[in-house]
Amino acid sequence: MNRIDPNRKQSGLDEMDREIVAATQSGLPLCEEPYEDIAMQIGISAQDVMDRMRRMQDDGIIRRIGVVPNHYELGFSANGMSVWNVPDDQITRLGNEIGGLEFVTHCYQRPRHLPDWPYNLFAMVHGRDRDEVEEKVGTIAGLLGESDQGHEIVYSTRILKKTGLRISPKSILSGDKSD
Amino acid sequence: MLEIDRKIINALQGGFPICERPYAAAAEQLGLTEDALISRIETLLQDKLLSRFGPLYNAEKLGGAVTLAAIAVPEDRFQEITEVVNNCPEVAHNYQRDHRLNMWFVIASDHEERIQEVVEEIEEKSGLTVLNMPKTEEYFLELKLAL
Repeated sequence: MNRIDPNRKQSGLDEMDREIVAATQSGLPLCEEPYEDIAMQIGISAQDVMDRMRRMQDDGIIRRIGVVPNHYELGFSANGMSVWNVPDDQITRLGNEIGGLEFVTHCYQRPRHLPDWPYNLFAMVHGRDRDEVEEKVGTIAGLLGESDQGHEIVYSTRILKKTGLRISPKSILSGDKSD
Repeated sequence: MLEIDRKIINALQGGFPICERPYAAAAEQLGLTEDALISRIETLLQDKLLSRFGPLYNAEKLGGAVTLAAIAVPEDRFQEITEVVNNCPEVAHNYQRDHRLNMWFVIASDHEERIQEVVEEIEEKSGLTVLNMPKTEEYFLELKLAL
């Protein structure tokens, strides 16, 4: 159990970590001792499962453990992707400020594609309707002040495909990445 | 919505403990019993008010690569291009959006080099330009929906 799998060098995960990911990526067991349950499934101790999950959390491999709300079902049916053109030399500070707002669920820096696409900061804003989204985008604009060199809200109108983002268990288990 | 459900959703979007009896520990903080917390989460999942419950993994750190891409699709070719894009197994989500760039999709793969290949395949099949916008930085990615 102390042997470090060579795969761990590239992704920070060894074989047993990958077993844990595969066993939990669709959810945690709903029973009194969920980590014991996972441990039984993969044949190690609950303590080992907990130690490994704590380490993955510390390393940012596990972003967080908890409930994932379904925005649409909870009545937040308007989602606007707000896109902003902000000075590159201020983007880290501004991104952190905007990402910290409670109504912004995702916030990323992405490359511009000039002249078509001048925007370098994306902030996903959820609201009960478009008015609420616009009000929240107004709050962001106020916060950015003169650093807001142009913005738009791009609303989704239809889901064309949604299969979800999941790394296949096979590659999780084999750790194949760089071949 | 029940007050107890509101509490659970507001308080448990992160920080679920890693210990022997985590539901008991989390329930105590919420003033609930262990059984009540387990059964409410179960119901919220069944009713689809939660999309899932458990650890949320960082795809890139698991060895995958992800990008966001967009195309300005002429209206009369929308159906055709939807098929071209959706037929790529690496396309995880695809949304129609209210903009000149009216098609936005996420490409995800276990193999980083596939991302660029998929972008080129779509450009070739569609004859349209794909704007590839992989994230260069991520800010505070935690869900904190307040009900």
